[in-house]
Amino acid sequence: MSAAPETLAGCVAALRAGTVSAAELLERSRARIAALDPQVNAFLGRTGELADRAAAAADRLLAEDPASAPPLCGVPVALKDVLCLEGAETTAGSRILGGFRPPYTATAVQRLLDAGAVVVGKTNCDEFAMGSSNENSAYGPVRNPWDLGRVPGGSSGGSAAAVAARMVPLSLGTDTGGSIRQPAALCGVVGFKPTYGRVSRYGLIAFASSLDQVGPLALTVEDAALGYLLIAGHDPADGTSSRSAVEDPLTGLGEGVEGLRLGVPREYFGVGLDPGVRAAVERALEVLRGLGATLEEVSLPSTDAALSTYYIIAPAEASSNLARYDGIRFGLREDRGSLLQTYLSTRDAGFGPEVKRRIMLGTYALSSGYYDAYYRKAQKVRTLISEEFSHVFERVDAIVCPTSPVTAFPLGTHSDPLSMYLLDVLTVPVNLAGLPGVSVPCGMVGGLPAGLQVVAPRFMDARALRIAHAYEQATEWHTLQPGGVEAAAT
Amino acid sequence: MTGTLRDASAAQGGSGESAVDHEAVIGLEVHAQLLTRSKMFCGCPATYVEAEPNDNTCPVCLGMPGTLPVINRRAVEYTVRTALALNCVIPDFTKFDRKNYFYPDLPKGYQISKYDLPLSVDGHLEFDLDGRRVRCGITRVHLEEDTGTLHHAGDVLQSATSSLVDYNRSGVPLMEIVGEPDLRSAAEAKEYLERLRQILMYIGVNDGNLEQGSFRCDANVSIRPRGTETLGVKVEIKNMNSFRAVQRAVEYEIARQIAVLDGGGSLHQETRGWVEARGATISQRSKEQAHDYRYFPEPDLAPLVLGAEFVEEVRRALPELPEARAARLIEQHGITEGEAVLLTATREQADSYERIVGRGVSAGVAARWLGNDVLRLANADHLPLWESGLGEDGLVALLGLVEAGTVNSTTAKALLEELYLAGGDPVAIVRDRGLGQVSDTDALGALVDAAITANPKAVADFQAGKETALQPVVGHVMKATRGRADARLVNRLLRERLSG
Ligand SMILES: [Zn+2]
Repeated sequence: MSAAPETLAGCVAALRAGTVSAAELLERSRARIAALDPQVNAFLGRTGELADRAAAAADRLLAEDPASAPPLCGVPVALKDVLCLEGAETTAGSRILGGFRPPYTATAVQRLLDAGAVVVGKTNCDEFAMGSSNENSAYGPVRNPWDLGRVPGGSSGGSAAAVAARMVPLSLGTDTGGSIRQPAALCGVVGFKPTYGRVSRYGLIAFASSLDQVGPLALTVEDAALGYLLIAGHDPADGTSSRSAVEDPLTGLGEGVEGLRLGVPREYFGVGLDPGVRAAVERALEVLRGLGATLEEVSLPSTDAALSTYYIIAPAEASSNLARYDGIRFGLREDRGSLLQTYLSTRDAGFGPEVKRRIMLGTYALSSGYYDAYYRKAQKVRTLISEEFSHVFERVDAIVCPTSPVTAFPLGTHSDPLSMYLLDVLTVPVNLAGLPGVSVPCGMVGGLPAGLQVVAPRFMDARALRIAHAYEQATEWHTLQPGGVEAAAT
Repeated sequence: MTGTLRDASAAQGGSGESAVDHEAVIGLEVHAQLLTRSKMFCGCPATYVEAEPNDNTCPVCLGMPGTLPVINRRAVEYTVRTALALNCVIPDFTKFDRKNYFYPDLPKGYQISKYDLPLSVDGHLEFDLDGRRVRCGITRVHLEEDTGTLHHAGDVLQSATSSLVDYNRSGVPLMEIVGEPDLRSAAEAKEYLERLRQILMYIGVNDGNLEQGSFRCDANVSIRPRGTETLGVKVEIKNMNSFRAVQRAVEYEIARQIAVLDGGGSLHQETRGWVEARGATISQRSKEQAHDYRYFPEPDLAPLVLGAEFVEEVRRALPELPEARAARLIEQHGITEGEAVLLTATREQADSYERIVGRGVSAGVAARWLGNDVLRLANADHLPLWESGLGEDGLVALLGLVEAGTVNSTTAKALLEELYLAGGDPVAIVRDRGLGQVSDTDALGALVDAAITANPKAVADFQAGKETALQPVVGHVMKATRGRADARLVNRLLRERLSG
């Protein structure tokens, strides 16, 4: 069993070849979690019997006719705990949803289930996906498998760490301002945020509705592309999901970057960028040039304003999205006799400090008298940012830049929320413009992974993946395994 | 003009006439539930009155985490239909907004509504009142979702020891129709509401039930010296659940405001509730306590672009509205205005009338019968003709007998009364019971002679010039034929003999 494959593609092939069973893969996944997760804390909940039954069903299908079994038949996967799975506790990393078992399944999750995947468990995350370090989880921080003293990034830190530590070959995360790409970069895995509207948000516990997007985290771009393909497509239950056809990213994945024009935005290489990360990314650009791409410096002048725009729009939407946690119908209730006191006590006890901070920021930004100065202005800047991207994409096929300005940092580094917000500077513009973006490992800086970000025009998800794949296949960064957690486990 | 301020002042038992001649300015805001099968943003049934509490709910209308709204196309269509019926303009582009506030009947903590780009704007509703034409502007018609309902253990929330929430109503499509402050009296307000309700029911978008709250009205009332243009301090009145309540509440409020000003006091912007039992409005909330709803565009829904084609499609399918229909019936059928108004009161009534005429009954006869005897029975039995035992078939047969002179109207009315609920074939019954009209000149002649002999005093009075004296003599003949005599013929024979 030690020879069992680690990648998603490897698992799929082995299952079909009959060299490994779904039950064995589930067992191996559980063994890794049992051995490593006491240190990593990537998982909040395990699915137990549900997973056993799914694995058994998958093995029956594979035994009958492996060729016609669904694409992920028998592959263990993990879900960020903001994604609803019927009957499984879904907390969004918050105390206020402790014990909440939704009577429905998120569309993206259902599509994985339909593809035969075996859900091993729910992964830890920043409370309501608000954070860049996973330290905002009500259930303790996730630790980076490369260095247990450091954060995995956030908010999909558990999903990234679970893949990095080879607990599962595929996990789903969500990305509102970088929450898939940044932890992918900090954990040395591939993370893909699809075009907004590409993947249904039904059953995703909302942080900021106009920015949230579900996407895969995996060990390779190919794996991420397969995961993406399976969850993408129109969903009648999500009024913002696109009806346009999904381009199969696997078809042209190996076509390389020869002749492609890649834009390098000068604003993304400014102050605050770690010199080691800068060097790694610059080397990655040289690799792409070597593969036949043309590199061209471009400018996205509103990048500076993106962060403040994001930190008005996202909290504004969040302040409204989180109003439903009032102790009346589900989740935590701190009964205090009167309605008002019950509201106040429930929300005070249920929400952590970062969530409260963002609810207050958002409430303020939407308040009468401040709306024009904040929310309306932010929407205008958002439009401007989108237009700048469109303008740049008239000249180049995609944009390449760092994913995160820094590598994984020690827990407790950013006690000041503002300094934490600054870490999102290279990822939030992509969400504001609704673009697809992928982060792929591009080097090691002081023993910690760095990530290269590839951003494509809207609905050109396949192109972003193709460029990332070309780079990945030309390098070996994605094959490196975190030693920190293995050492701690033994 | 009805509802003058002097009347209103008297209604309150106030201190009499106002020193200043005041004019009332009234604007009405109506919330009407749409008759769609499913709710606004989910597939749950939109009917809730007879359902067990919380039976018609799902994760979406319970506001569970991760759920998303999907727009009910039919609700949009009904709103556009209403907007067109109220002469509104339909903008090309519209979006939903969130109205944020906390309350247990509001599961998401916000209501999906519209704020700055409603589905329709700039309409109007015209109606006749006391021989005048009144025109009330419609600011906007737009679409939102209804809330759940609270059941308090106690009369009001404040004193309740516990409260239960029923989310069956949560997410039911709710249309908001905001009227301009163009109404000047309680009577105008009431008439506006009645006409609006009639139209909504005519076009099939609302059931018009004020008691159950599927048609609700709030009123904004202010006063100003007559002849001035600036608006006075606006007071919003809620909790009125009948037309009469609206009229009384508005009358009360006008008088109250005048009394306050006359007494040297000042008015302030507030929300007041109508308390039926006390016949008064009481203050609920002042402007200072008003919510900041923090409206912003609903990010879970894409903006709605209806398209001219969709709007035209809805316009083409719009039924003829009551006023136009009444005018056409007067013109085409030659019936009276009074009859036309009665017959077009509801679309079903007008349809029934036109079907009956379409089957050969003359318009005048159909209008008279439907507007009088049939209507009286329908109201008394709470059963319209087309659902009654007699049915339209029976009525057509009965009126056929009347028009052919087979039965006289006395017999026909008796039969109508007898068969309205029970049903039966009038033709067969008339034949079997021998109820046919006696119009045989010889047979009636003998009876007329007998009647003259039996009523010497009446005959003398008639001959002395008292026209009405003839009635008991006619009655005598009718009685002898058990009501079957042709009354016109009896009259003619009598006059021939008495003047001969
Ligand atoms: Zn529902």
